[in-house]
Formats: sequence, C-alpha cells, structure tokens
Amino acid sequence: MAKQILLNNIDVPGLASYEVYRKLGGYSSVEKTLKNFTPDEVTAEVKKSGLRGRGGAGFPAGMKWGFIDKSTDNPRYFVCNFDESEPGTFKDRHIGQLNPHQLIEGMILGSYALGARTSYIYIRGELFYVLRIIEKAIEEAYRNGFLGENILGSGYSLDLHCHPGAGAYICGEETALIESLEGKRGNPRIKPPFPAIVGLYNCPTVVNNVETIANLPWIMNNGADAYAAIGIGNSKGTKLISACGHINKPGIYEIELGLPVEEFIYSDEYCGGILNGKKLKAVVTGGSSVPVLPAELILRTANGEPRLMSYESLSDGGFQSGTMLGSGGFIVMDETACIVKNLLTFSRFYHHESCGQCSPCREGTGWIEKILHWIESGKGSMKDIDLLTDIAKHIEGNTICPLGDAAAWPVASAIRHFREEFEDHIKLQRCPLSK
Amino acid sequence: MQSNTNNTEFNSDTLVLVNKIINRYPQGKQKSAILPILHIAQAENEGWLSAETMNYVALLLDIQPIEVYEVASFYSMFNLQPVGKCMIEVCQTGPCWLKGSEEILAHFEKRLGIKPGETTADGKFSLKTVECLAACGNAPVIQVGTEYHEKITIEKADELLDKWQAENKCSHTNPYL
Repeated sequence: MAKQILLNNIDVPGLASYEVYRKLGGYSSVEKTLKNFTPDEVTAEVKKSGLRGRGGAGFPAGMKWGFIDKSTDNPRYFVCNFDESEPGTFKDRHIGQLNPHQLIEGMILGSYALGARTSYIYIRGELFYVLRIIEKAIEEAYRNGFLGENILGSGYSLDLHCHPGAGAYICGEETALIESLEGKRGNPRIKPPFPAIVGLYNCPTVVNNVETIANLPWIMNNGADAYAAIGIGNSKGTKLISACGHINKPGIYEIELGLPVEEFIYSDEYCGGILNGKKLKAVVTGGSSVPVLPAELILRTANGEPRLMSYESLSDGGFQSGTMLGSGGFIVMDETACIVKNLLTFSRFYHHESCGQCSPCREGTGWIEKILHWIESGKGSMKDIDLLTDIAKHIEGNTICPLGDAAAWPVASAIRHFREEFEDHIKLQRCPLSK
Repeated sequence: MQSNTNNTEFNSDTLVLVNKIINRYPQGKQKSAILPILHIAQAENEGWLSAETMNYVALLLDIQPIEVYEVASFYSMFNLQPVGKCMIEVCQTGPCWLKGSEEILAHFEKRLGIKPGETTADGKFSLKTVECLAACGNAPVIQVGTEYHEKITIEKADELLDKWQAENKCSHTNPYL
C-alpha cells in the first residue's frame, strides 16, 4: 500500500515537466475543485480528511485553515514552508526536485480555499537548484492557464512565486519565515496573534509544509473519506519518511501511517536492515529535535506493544519512554555510533541556528555545546551530566519559539537513555567506542 | 571591511531579473526582495558582500543601508569578508558525521592546506563547514555554489578537487541562471 499518494509517479521519467505530469492526470483536482467546490467546502474537505501538518508539529491542517480571518478585505496569503533544514529530513527536496507540479497543484488548491491571490514558496537558499526547477514548472503552469488571471474561466486568479532563504534553520518556524519573507532577520514573533490573523504584511496567512500541500490534489480528487480510510487512529494517510544513517537502503519512503517500526527498519521494501549486519543501537525518528530512543524502546513500547510509525504510537509513553513522529527524519545508529558525539553535532547545530532573541536558548545552546565538547574529548566531570540536564530543563518552555525545546529534548533524552555512555566518557577520559 | 574593487552595480540583464523579482511582492513591500537580490549581488561580486555592495542593494530597494547590513549578517549564506574563487562547504551535522564527514573535511584540509573559514594563498579555494544540507540519505554531502555533491568518498573528493583545479572553478554564479 506504500507509494500511493505522494510518490506513486515519482519514478516516471520527465515527471517534472508539465506535459508528463498532465498526462498522468495532473491538475485534474484544480479542474474539479474550481468547478464544484466553494473555498469553504475545500477547507471542510481537508478538515474531514484528517490531514495533519507534515513539517513536524502534526497540527490538523484543515483546522489551521479554519482559523484564517476572512472578515476583512485585507489580502490573505498562502505560504509553502520549503525551508527543509531539520537534520535527518530530506523529503521535501525529493518532491520539489522530481515532482514540482504536484506542489504547485496543491498550492493552487490551498490558495483557492483561503482566498489568497498571491502565494509564495519559501525555499531554503541552499536549494537554489530546486528553486530553478520549481520556477520552470511555475512558468509552465502559467502558460497552461493554471496560474494567473481567471484560472480555467473560474474567475479565480492566483500569482505564485518562489522566495529563497539564505541559510537559517530558524526560518522553518512559521513566524520567522514570515519575517524573513518580509525581508528581515528571521526572528520568531510572539504568538498570539497567530499568522492566521496577523501574518505576512500583517495580513491573514497560512503557512504549510511542502508534503502537507502535496497531499491536497489527491484529497480533492479522491475525497476526504478515502484519505481518512488510510492510516491508523488519528494518524490519517501516508507519510514520507526520510531514512538515513546506518541502514542498507537510505532514502525517502512513503509509508501508510501505522506500519510497524520493526518492519520499516528491517524489511527490504524499506531500510533493508542495519548496515554491515551490525546491531541496532538507537533511532531518532522525527528529525534531530525529537527524543532519541534505544533499540528496545523503538521496536516496542514500554508496555511491550509493537511500536508503530504513527503520531500516537511513537509518542506512547511520553518522553519517558517514547518520542515523536516529527518531520519523519529517521536517523538510525548502529552499535558503533557514539551517542555523545552524535548529540554534540546536534547541539552544535542548535547553537549555530539559535536566532539569539531569547537568552535561555542563546546562552543555553552554547553552554550545552561546550560541555558536550569537554565530555566527548575526555575532559568532562560527573557533575557535568547533571548540569546538562539542568540547562536543558531551563531552556525548555522558556523561549518564544520551539527551537529552545528542539535543542533541549535531544540532550535530555540522550542522558535519560544512555547515561552510562556519558559516564564512560568521563571515567575513561575518552570515547569508549574508539579503539 | 576591505574596500571592494569589483563592479558593484548590476548590468542591464541582471537589472531586468532584479526588477522582475521586486515585482513579485506587493507595492511598497519591495524590502521582501532583499534575500534574492543579496544572493545575486554576492554571486556577481566574487562571492562576498562589501559595504559598497550592500549600500547599492539598499539604494535599489529604497531602504536604509542598516536594513541590509542587519539582514546580511543574520544569514549564514552571506559572506561579509572576501572568499576564494571556489568555496567548498562541508556538512558536519549528525547524519553526515555518522557517514564519515570528519574524514572528508580532514582530507580537504590536507589537500588545500587550510582550515575551515580560510582561503588558499592563491585565492582559489575556501573551505567552510556548514550545518545540515537536507540531503542526509546521501551523506556525506558537500555544496559548491548551487551544486550539491553527495555520497562523497575520499576518492570522489580527490576527483572533484582535481577537476575544479584544472578548470579554475568559480562557485559564485548567479543562482537564478
């Protein structure tokens, strides 16, 4: 049942071109929707589908759309978050590079539902080669009447543009993205007001992830009920999982939500097992921010149930014994991987990417990186471990945006599940895994 | 900041592109074009942004120079000091580290005789460490200009470096073209 919504045509040669995409039924959802649905009916359909935001937070997409303020004459904006930068996550690039029209088709549907007349795709600056592919596809969509004035004679008009970032993970946070799109530093805004009320240029705005938007054509073509029939519990539909690290087959997989984690890691259809037949040590399931889990807790929950690839199952047990589906950035570590060093690279990342607005995050991330560096290089002391926990605790929940939490969770979880490995670094004054 | 000896001003072809970009934003919101325009300005000025270049961008967008400086200094893709003709950026975050990015970085350091943040004496190469490039499935990954090079091995790094040396590679090209 995999590859049914997002990647079903991904291997077709020339899919990035309008001609090939159209021949495969592309843009049919726009024809159907503009003719048969009012904007509010589109929102209702997306709500009913149970589609959740695929960027990491998992917030119901239709509900987010429902918050948009349609009471004034102010322009409304629909913005695609293509600032894919969460370590371990590389799924959106796959869509943008190989199937840009699917994203554009989704942008038209979302823009129509929200009443946006100008929409933007904010794409990280490092991916300029993908931006060029999308811009070419946008031109084709204009030429064929799916963008611009009076689309298909419906009376609805839409302009769509790409906007490059310039190297700042924080711009993946929606209010920082909006600031950046306005030509400013990517400093997150205090919420409320939420972007649905005060967003881009102080106008009502919805920001959605690439994968979320790429689901829309299928939902409008096949109906909310068909989408909601896929998946498990409140985890509807399919999810792109970008798998990397010590596995035989790194790559991007579309899975039906609810697939057992064990099958995902060991089946030849997906990751194909651990590289070189080594033992599984730990997995970060949803991008670097989410808690790391040791092998025994990633394959089974603390209650001994098989762990599933779903929002609910992955978070079963809370942070004590669970984690999060997050962005679907699935990082696998075998028995040779040093948890402390891996964490150090994550902490260096968050220190580098902290925007500096809130002192707990600005100071805390730097402090964490330094302490981890001491421990990793054999110069740490036992009290440093508790100090790390303490710093993480003081960052979490004390910042304007979730970057602070994202920096704290990996630290707290690594110590929770692998404390001995930290202690061994300190006792041996070197990495216990290095020869 | 060192003085800029380059042609800061855009030629007419580039100005057509720049105006097209500015028109993508609502009237009076032309400041939104600052990141795309800075990318172009940096590429056309040997890969870095001098005060003169930033002042020119401010003039084009009808905003204060400080508004350009504060943005340029926030985003890691903008260089505020001169860099080499070919900038090699090596990802060092978790997934690339798990697949040997430290060895790749050490190899570039050895071959070029420089550390991250430095430029070779002949000005041909700069080395930079960067954070996650979102291509982790093909780790380790490096970026040169708008090109990604994935699944890098020592042999592949040598091959690329030999090629870039032979062709006198410039990584600072207009990213829109």
